[in-house]
Amino acid sequence: MIETANLLGILGMALATLACRAGGYFLFRALRPSPFLRAMLGYVPGALFIGYVVPALAAGGLKEWLGAAATLVAMRLSGNVAVGIAAGTAAAWAVWLVR
Amino acid sequence: MHARHFTSAALARGARRSLAIALGLAPFGLVVGVLAAGKGLSLVETGLMSGLVFAGASQILALDLWTHPVPILTVTFAAFAVNLRMALMGPALAAWLEKLSGWRLWGNLFLLVDHGFALAIAEGRKGERDGGFLFGVGLVLWVAWLACSLLGHVLGTVLRPPRGHPLFFAALAAFVSLLVPLWRGRHDALPWLAAAGVALPVARLAPHGAWHVVAAALAGGLVGAWRERRQGRA
Repeated sequence: MIETANLLGILGMALATLACRAGGYFLFRALRPSPFLRAMLGYVPGALFIGYVVPALAAGGLKEWLGAAATLVAMRLSGNVAVGIAAGTAAAWAVWLVR
Repeated sequence: MHARHFTSAALARGARRSLAIALGLAPFGLVVGVLAAGKGLSLVETGLMSGLVFAGASQILALDLWTHPVPILTVTFAAFAVNLRMALMGPALAAWLEKLSGWRLWGNLFLLVDHGFALAIAEGRKGERDGGFLFGVGLVLWVAWLACSLLGHVLGTVLRPPRGHPLFFAALAAFVSLLVPLWRGRHDALPWLAAAGVALPVARLAPHGAWHVVAAALAGGLVGAWRERRQGRA
């Protein structure tokens, strides 16, 4: 059920990922960040998700664009993440069925 | 001693708040399971990967590179490259984490993941600071992730949605939804534009890994902080 090489590959991935998750935090604590770095971290979350979404939409087509627009509108109106996801996926699905 | 920094009431609150996101992640988890089955990983191996790595994009990239025998260093580096962005999340959550220790700290670090992070940042701006909330969010997402990838593995041979199926859009829709509570006001516009402007060419030049996400986070952060410093002097 478990191949040795597969297990080693999975463990390597797990360690590398934990190093990313924990490493940034402990490095930050050890370095005692300047006000500039603290201000920077306030902008990181939004910019990080923009970094995800924008290239994905640029690589997509009508399905992704209308889906994203429906997600944003539903999210603004409802303030509920589940409603946003459902509306966006439904819109993307509708485009997919029509084409 | 952790009474005020890590409460079970907040844990339950976080678990409830993350249910919707867990649902949005379900198709993503199913895809990972289907891919793993297609690459010949066993159910146990699929569960181990999702449970220990718990980072969807890196799992999909690694499974794409998976051969027999598996290139161990290659998949390890792929996980590192894709998940480097997480090194920026821990510091941004410092206000939540610095009062925790032991399993409460390490549990939260281990469960740190994009959607949970975005939810915590949005709630943190409304005053939430309880490490239990973070843990509840992460735990629900982890259980859902594990369950969905196992289910995907089981369904892998039966249900094979084609690559461009709109169900996969749910994962992107979850990110788009989370952008709305992350928007604080007009002062976010310039950093977000800078992030988009950097992410696009980097994604084109380095399509593997998630360098464009790291680059966008750094660009947005630098532009925002630089402008704050200039305004502080003026």
